[in-house]
Amino acid sequence: MNPPPQLSPSPMNPLLRIAGLHKSFASLEVLSGVDLDVARGEKVSIIGPSGSGKTTLLRCINYLEKPTSGHIYIDGNLIGEKQTNGGYVHLSDRELAKERQEIGFVFQRFNLFPHLTALGNVTIAPQKVLGLSKEEAERRGREMLEKVGLSHKINEYPERLSGGQQQRVAIARVLAMQPKLMLFDEATSALDPELIGEVLRVMRQLAEEGSTMVIVTHEIQFAGEVSDRVVFMDQGKIVEQGPPRDVLISPQQPRTRDFLKHLQDR
Amino acid sequence: MHPVEVFLTKGGTYFAWIVQGLPETIKVAICAVLFALVFGLVVALVRMTRWRALRLPAVMYVEFFRGTPAFVQLFVIYFGLPDLGYQPSPFQAAIVGLGLNGAAYFSEIYRAGIESIHKGQMEAALTLGMTPIRAMRYIILPQAIRSMLPPITTVAILLLKDTALVFTVGIVEILALSRQLVTETLQSGVVYPMAGAIYLCMTIPMARLSARLERAKQAWQ
Repeated sequence: MNPPPQLSPSPMNPLLRIAGLHKSFASLEVLSGVDLDVARGEKVSIIGPSGSGKTTLLRCINYLEKPTSGHIYIDGNLIGEKQTNGGYVHLSDRELAKERQEIGFVFQRFNLFPHLTALGNVTIAPQKVLGLSKEEAERRGREMLEKVGLSHKINEYPERLSGGQQQRVAIARVLAMQPKLMLFDEATSALDPELIGEVLRVMRQLAEEGSTMVIVTHEIQFAGEVSDRVVFMDQGKIVEQGPPRDVLISPQQPRTRDFLKHLQDR
Repeated sequence: MHPVEVFLTKGGTYFAWIVQGLPETIKVAICAVLFALVFGLVVALVRMTRWRALRLPAVMYVEFFRGTPAFVQLFVIYFGLPDLGYQPSPFQAAIVGLGLNGAAYFSEIYRAGIESIHKGQMEAALTLGMTPIRAMRYIILPQAIRSMLPPITTVAILLLKDTALVFTVGIVEILALSRQLVTETLQSGVVYPMAGAIYLCMTIPMARLSARLERAKQAWQ
């Protein structure tokens, strides 16, 4: 294996670097060598057929899945492992948790904490992880809920919120940690069609504010509008990537063309 | 005299004698349950750890303490430990004996409760920068506790009833005093049912409480 590139936190380096990522579940290889750099402030959408490895790629970035081989760097720091003389060792739970604070993750199924109110969901991590006071965490929490348009729902439990509202709370929960990088895993796929728009609006707003975002999505039109770059994956590999116009309008690879054509025929 | 007649004439005196053991019964029961609640959580967490070498002893522990009589466990501790050079007091033996037994059951209750929480909850907590322990404490356990409460009460009732075993290691509780009384009066047919009635007075409210906890909805449900 090639020696991994040495990176240090610097504005010149990519915020996220994925290097030679492989991931297998038992004998099934889901990712077969993915390399991807994401610059600070860049919006990258990942599209591709089901089973192409998009979600696994996203989950590897914050070590919800351990890569079989390959490395992830955020701001030049290795994620989930550290280098010693002999090679790489996994980080302790505490060290890994520290790294994850900087990576926000929005799930397809929201995964809000049902025993906490909207405000409770948004404030628990700032309080228990960052050590903010209750007042400080709540001030920040209200601000974030306002940002996603849910000021009037702060005391509701998730059960009482629509899917779109739940997902917006989930985004506010991530924002309250002020992450360097936000990952969206098919954030609108579990929503009824009429609720998709409100979530996409919030994501668009974040994109305009300059957040660094990696978005796994089936919303091709949205991907085209907000992304700086679109990545098409198939069978665990990046097949094609480039500005949305190139990839979505005039794709070079037959597999990308097939996929996009297939979507249009739906 | 017919037992009913004995009960009607001497019942009050007998009761006053037996009930002196109640505080000791309650003390042993509460301490054993607390010990079991805490130790059971440790066992449950060890059983769910990713380190296989740790999981195995926890599994063996649970199997051993669920699969052997509490009576035998109590004897091993009180009469067996001295051979290893430590003589526990009757109270220590009672708490540890019943507590270790209860912890084996509690650990399985905790484990089932924790595993009933969708794995997305743990993942969400981890992505927010919580360690697995913090996630357990702030996210998983508060949700799991509701489904755990009824079975926990059931095991607590079992432990309360099992305190009747500890007279064998020299603790003077309800059953010990009942036996003394029977030795003196030879009225087994009156004394033991009365002892049983005292246990019932405690277990029935506990079972009621358990049923209520099961029905009670949390604010978020």
